[in-house]
Formats: sequence, C-alpha cells, structure tokens
Amino acid sequence: MSDVLTITDLGISFSTDAGAVRAVDGVSLRVAPGEVLAIVGESGSGKTVTAKTILGLLPETATASGVVLLSSKDGSSEHDILSIGKRKLRQVRGTDVSMVFQEPSTALNPVYTVGWQIAEGIRAHGQFSRKEAKAKAIEILGRVGIPDPETRVNYFPHQFSGGQKQRVVIAMALVLDPGLIVADEPTTALDVTVQAEILDLLRRCRDEFGTAIVLITHNMGVVADLADRVAVMYQGKVVEEADAQTLFSSPQNDYTKRLLAAVPHVGQGIAHAAVRAEAREPAWLELPPVVVADNLTIEYPGRFGRAGFTAVDGVSFVIRPGEVLGLVGESGSGKTTTGRAIAGLTRVTGGSLTVLGHEMHGFKEREFKKLRSDIGFVFQDPASSFNPLLTIAECVAEPLVVHGRAQNPAGARTRVNELLEAVQLPRAYGDRYPHELSGGQRQRASLARALALEPSLLIADEPTSALDVSVQARVLELFAELQEEFGFAALFISHDLAVVDILADRIAVLYKGKLVEEGTGAEVLGAPKDPYTQRLLASLPVPDPAEQADRREKLRRLRAAG
Amino acid sequence: MTGSGMTDTEMIATSTATGSNKHGLWSRLPVVHQLRQSVGLQRGMLVVGLVITGIFILTAILAPLVSPFGYSQLRDASGAFGAQKPPGGSHLLGTTVGGYDVLSRVIWGAQTALIVIVIAVILSIFAGVMLGLVSGYFGGWLDRVFVVVFDAVYAFPSLLLAIVMSIVISGGRSNLIGGVLAAAISITTVFIPQYFRVIRAETVRIKAEAYVESARVLGASNARIMFRHVLRNATRTLPLIFTLNASEAILTLAGLGFLGFGIEPSAAAEWGYDLNKAVSDVSSGIWWTALFPGLAIVLAVLGMTLVGESLNDLADPRLRGRRSVAKASGLVAETSVVPGGILKDEFEVPQ
Repeated sequence: MSDVLTITDLGISFSTDAGAVRAVDGVSLRVAPGEVLAIVGESGSGKTVTAKTILGLLPETATASGVVLLSSKDGSSEHDILSIGKRKLRQVRGTDVSMVFQEPSTALNPVYTVGWQIAEGIRAHGQFSRKEAKAKAIEILGRVGIPDPETRVNYFPHQFSGGQKQRVVIAMALVLDPGLIVADEPTTALDVTVQAEILDLLRRCRDEFGTAIVLITHNMGVVADLADRVAVMYQGKVVEEADAQTLFSSPQNDYTKRLLAAVPHVGQGIAHAAVRAEAREPAWLELPPVVVADNLTIEYPGRFGRAGFTAVDGVSFVIRPGEVLGLVGESGSGKTTTGRAIAGLTRVTGGSLTVLGHEMHGFKEREFKKLRSDIGFVFQDPASSFNPLLTIAECVAEPLVVHGRAQNPAGARTRVNELLEAVQLPRAYGDRYPHELSGGQRQRASLARALALEPSLLIADEPTSALDVSVQARVLELFAELQEEFGFAALFISHDLAVVDILADRIAVLYKGKLVEEGTGAEVLGAPKDPYTQRLLASLPVPDPAEQADRREKLRRLRAAG
Repeated sequence: MTGSGMTDTEMIATSTATGSNKHGLWSRLPVVHQLRQSVGLQRGMLVVGLVITGIFILTAILAPLVSPFGYSQLRDASGAFGAQKPPGGSHLLGTTVGGYDVLSRVIWGAQTALIVIVIAVILSIFAGVMLGLVSGYFGGWLDRVFVVVFDAVYAFPSLLLAIVMSIVISGGRSNLIGGVLAAAISITTVFIPQYFRVIRAETVRIKAEAYVESARVLGASNARIMFRHVLRNATRTLPLIFTLNASEAILTLAGLGFLGFGIEPSAAAEWGYDLNKAVSDVSSGIWWTALFPGLAIVLAVLGMTLVGESLNDLADPRLRGRRSVAKASGLVAETSVVPGGILKDEFEVPQ
C-alpha cells in the first residue's frame, strides 16, 4: 500500500521584523499507513512548523515550497496540501488528517459540551442528523476510554481531568477515521503517570484504528515508547532518520549521539550521592539543620464560604547544611508551594517551618528581611525571571545593592563579573539585555544572581523544566559544580525523577500535598516502598525501546494490582 | 510655548524606551522605532498622521510668526477689519461676525489647543499612573475604593463632567490662564480613570511576574520594587493612550467652547467658541466662518487618531504587517527564537 504522507523537499520561511528567517530547510519524509513516525528535535528545530504544514495550518507570514502529498486512508485520492485551495483543504482536514494539540485545556472550547464539539466535526463533513452525530460521539468517547460515555457526552470540558481532556481531544481527531493524526507534543502538558496512559491510547489508535501518527516531541522517552521510526531534526534539517531500535542502539549522526547522551537516566546519581555521603564527617548530623518543616500545612483561603484548598498537608522534613534535598511530585502536589513558603512568598497556615532558625509561621517581613541575604531562589521560567529593561549585570547586581554591599549596579560590577565567570558566562554578557540571551544562558545568569550573596540555602523551583535536554544537562552539571564549590544547602524542586536523581542527596516524594516517601536516591528509586512512588517510577519512559517495553509491562501489572 | 512642546515629546520618549540596544538611541524612541518597523498601508497611515500632527504642533508653536494678525485684533493701521468679509484681499479666509480675522483665529486656536492638551495629559498621566501603580501593587481595600470611584467617574458622560468641572473652577469663562486651566483640569478629570485602569491592570499582571517575586525574595523594599521593576515595565502602552487621548482632548475642548464654557475671544483663540459664533452665519450663506475652524478640529483629531491607531496596530505582532518573503529565502536561525534554545557554545554535553 502507498504511503499516507510524502513530504518532498519542504522549505518554509517566515517574514519577521528582522527579515526572512528560514524555519524548515529541504525536509523530505514519508509515513506508511499504520506507522508512528516521531519527529524529534529541540525548540527552534522546525519540527512543529513541519507538522503544521501537514494540516495547512501555517500562519500568513510563512511561505512554503516543496510538495506535501497526503493520501486518504483508502488510497482513493491524493492532495498536495501546499497547492490546494481553502475549500478543498477544509474537506481534507478531519477526514484524511487531523491533529492532537499540546494543551488539552485550551484545545477545547469551555462553553460547549464535549459531545457538541465532537459532533461539530462530524457535521462539518457530511449529512448527519443531530442524533446520529451524538451516537457517533458517544461511541468514540467509549473507544478512547472515557467511562460512562452516555452521561459524560453532555459534560463540559472543565468537568474532565487533564488526561481525560486529552482523551476527548484524541476522540475528536479520530471520529472521522482519518488515515493520519498529527500529534504535537501530546503529553508535554500532562503528568508522567497520565502521560503513560495517553501513550497507551495513542498506541491503541494505531493498532485498532490503523491510523498513522506523526508524533512531534522533544522527549526521547516518549519516542522510545511509541515510535516505529524516528526523524531527528536540527536547525531546520532532518539530520538522521532510522527505525526506533536502530536509532537508540546505534545512532549515526553526531547531533543524535549528543542528544541521546544528554537525556538523564534514573540511577545516574546514586553513586555520586553515596560518595558525597561518605565524605561527610560523622559530626555533620549534629549540626543544626537549615530548614526544619514539622507537620507543615499551607492552606489557600476559599472564596465566599467555600472551604479553602490545602496545598501542603502535614509535611515534615529537614535540610542539613550543604545538603541537596530533591522534592518530586506531579502538578498540584504542593512542591512549589513548599518552596515558596521557605522563601517567605507564601504564608504558612499550620504546623511549623523553621528557616535558618527563624519561625515562618506568622512571620513578619521586617524581621525576616535580614535573613533574606542567606536565601537564593532560582525560578522556573528563565524568560520571565529577569526585568526586561535592565541589563544582566544590573539584574545580578540587584541583590548586592538591596543588601547594601554596593552603592549602585556600577559599583558592584567587579563582583558581578566574578559571578558571571563562576556560572561560565563571558563578562561581556553582563551588558546584554535578558532577551538577547538564550534560555540556558539566562538560567545560568539566574544562578549567578541567586548566588550573589553567597547564601547558605538555595531554592531551585524546576530550574530546568523550560530548557531543552542538551541545555538541561549543562545547567545541571553547573549546578552540581557550584554546589560543591559554595557548599550551600539546596531544595531542588522538579517533576522529573531523573533530573532530581542526578543532584539530590535525598529525595522526598510529594503526592496531593502529603509526603509519601523520603530517603536517599538508592532507597527511593532503587526500592520504592510507597505504591505511588512505584507507579511514578514505572511511568517514567526511558530512552530505550526494548527496556521501555519491559517497563510498560511492569506498569500494567502495577496498575492492575493497585 | 516652545517649552511645553518639548515636554510633550520628552514625555513620550521617557515613558517607553524599550527594545534592543543594538540600534542607536534615535531608532529606539517610540514612534521613530515604529516608523522604521512599519510597511505598506500601515506606514502610509502613520506617515500621514505624523505629518498632520507635525503641522499642527508647528503651527501652534510658530503662531506668533505665521499668523497675519493677533487673535483679538479688530483693526490695523488701515482701520477696522469689518465683520463677515468674504475670503480675499488682506483677509485670506475672511473675517468673523465679531470682526476677527478667521485665518489668525484658526492659527492661534492651534496654540490654545496644544497648551490644553499638554497640561491635561501631563496632569492626568502623573495622577493616573501614580494612583494606578499604588492601587495595583498594594491591592486590598485601597484598591477597591479607587476602582469604585474611578468606575463611577467613568459612568458620567465626559462632556457633562467637563462642564461641571469648568463651572466649579472658573465659574464658566475667564482669562487665558484661568480658562486654559479650567479646560485642562476638566479634561484631566475625565482622563485620570483611563490611565489609572491601564496602569493598574499592567501592575497587577507584572506583580505576578517572576522577576518581581525574585526582587521580593531578595528583600527589596516595596518602593524599590514599584519604581525599579514595575513602573518602567507598566508604561509600555502609554504613548498609545496618550495619542488617542490627545485627540479626545481637542474634541472635549472644542465641545466646551461650543457650549459656551470656553475661553473669552479676547483672552485666546478657541475653535469651539468660533464655531459657536458661526452657527447663525451658516444659514445666511456665510460659510467661511464655520468651515475653517471646523476643518482645523477635524484635521487635528484625524492626525492624532491616525498616529494612535497605527501605533496600536504596530504594537501587536499579529496586526503588524511585514514585507513578504520569497519562497524558501532567508537563513536558518542559528539560535532558536523561543526560551530554551541552544547556542553552539552551550553544546558541550558530557560524553
């Protein structure tokens, strides 16, 4: 049977304020029926633009050249997406090709029921009565694993969880039985445990519906889990294309090799943590801890008579001097709230939290201010953590000026240069504005700012989750080096177990505001006791198709058991 | 007069100087930056608007030089001008029913309008921005009170409010300074809520940005955070409201003058007042007394609205037009556009 999709020599340019920018450069790909092709690459590699071209969804500022040939599922018709008219394009969308978006909560219209939204797609392509369309909607919701579809077809999007919303989006894509689905980072916005379920569903799409899938992702674990064939994109070009087994076992291209080497593995850091633990003196345990949380509770007040929301519920842990505690959990588990409470950004409502000997329950900003010079904070999004109107040097000098170590940013420049060098940025970068730096460089500057006052405690809230894999590897390495050098204690917050494992001496796992497990990397990751930790660990896809298949089996058994 | 013209441009310049520092200071100035950025129809609109506004401002500043007579001059060496003379001779645009030279009144009227706009906008920007900043940053009951009060001000028709203010301040009509101030302050009252709302909304948004939180973690004082981190980032949309408000200010001033709450003809020239006096002329076929002041109002408002609307379109990347590019042209970007991109020097992965 012929291919569902053949892309030949695709080139796409965007007109921007700074002139023409080429996003895709001579890309040729093909997708066979019932095949999963993963397009992998870091941000800016052109993978999303390529995917959007398949649906003819390019913005007006783009010009495309080449051929994108799309066949219908039964092979009866063929269209070149780049040359057909708008009316024809509309017929092709939905019936021959459809799309699954990254963020399920914005891909669904909040004011219509999901049934209406699925029926809308059906009725746009042919004569169906309202009843027939609804029957089809119920059927497809059942097939994507929504329980009780007859009732839930009338639900609004906000009544579903994130994972279920993504199921609904997939149902919308599947309802007209297209030959090809383009899935643009379908699991990036979801938690790891939910991600595993959605990947299972996409696999079923291929097996049961015979749909080919173009999977756009930056996550090598997801690729290993689902893809039959992989195309690696870098700077607008396909640098390597191979079937999944071959690519992971013997990558040919240098870029692919480095990309694979940069992916963090669970278990990487266990040896490192053991060495660190042995190097400590026995008297270390007697030292007063930097942070003590005792039955810490943080509640957000409810609106008008509604009960408040308990974000952190009776959590107890300690961070000793010079120790890195990794805090892991899914979205809504309360990990960020805990970090913010330690920095005095969120109020503690119950229990006790002692930071550097100061009680945070009912604290006064005036008394706490002196201690702030001993706390550094690294934020998640490097794009927004710098004032866009100040230069990097001014931003890094800010803590020195605020705490009176320097009169003005210019006076602090010598120290700022030292700091920039410590985080391996050229001195000259101090004169640049934040938007002139890449994400990884900004995150390093953010580290420099946090370390400016040589704090004894550093809180890092998902410092690498907005970065690409290769950049993440670099920033994590730098973090470890700086920690050795300055010897600060750190709370490292992340949703990614593998990332936490690299750095942390001890790992604490949060689930729905409660601390479910705490221990060294070897204890928590090697032999997890809590069922949630076990599930979390098994859900984490590894970049190796053969090993991932085993893990999938293990996860299935875990789910069946729990 | 020249002084207030300068403040005018400086205000725009200081309110937002964002953008890349690679270009010179000149091309980073608002308006200049947008002019270089624009293409096609949007550029045409902006240029037309800037030319009209430029002529308006120049006329206002140079009024003593370009105007053939004074605004309250009724006679020259050769005797009285005479009333309702048709255009021609020494009176290019004719004379009014009161015996004033129409051309001179139109030219001097530009000066009055400019002074009123500058005073009104400066007063309302300072008051509105400060109140918005404090209200948005601290929140709480103070914020609620401010919002309710300014929403209440919004509920009044702006002209009615301006009339009430004008009566309160000057008892209706008065000399140049009193009249101009009365008009300016009454316009200010109408505009403060607009600046307040915009700045408050921006402040509330920026307050949640990571760089403000970062300053709080550092222990920076509220005043430092407000002025160093929030204020400068919150003023990005000001030139836009500024231009649109300036055109509205002209209309309000003309409306006040037309309704008889303006400035005495002996104190200053005022387009709205002249229009009012010309109402009875129109029915008797004397067109020149009404047409030229009316045209002046329309052109001044049109020019500023064109500038404001163009700035508005150019500020939004989705509305901004760009030169179209040839198929598959341009270079592949070395670094990615989005946060998290990689640079070559970052690409040293431990092997």
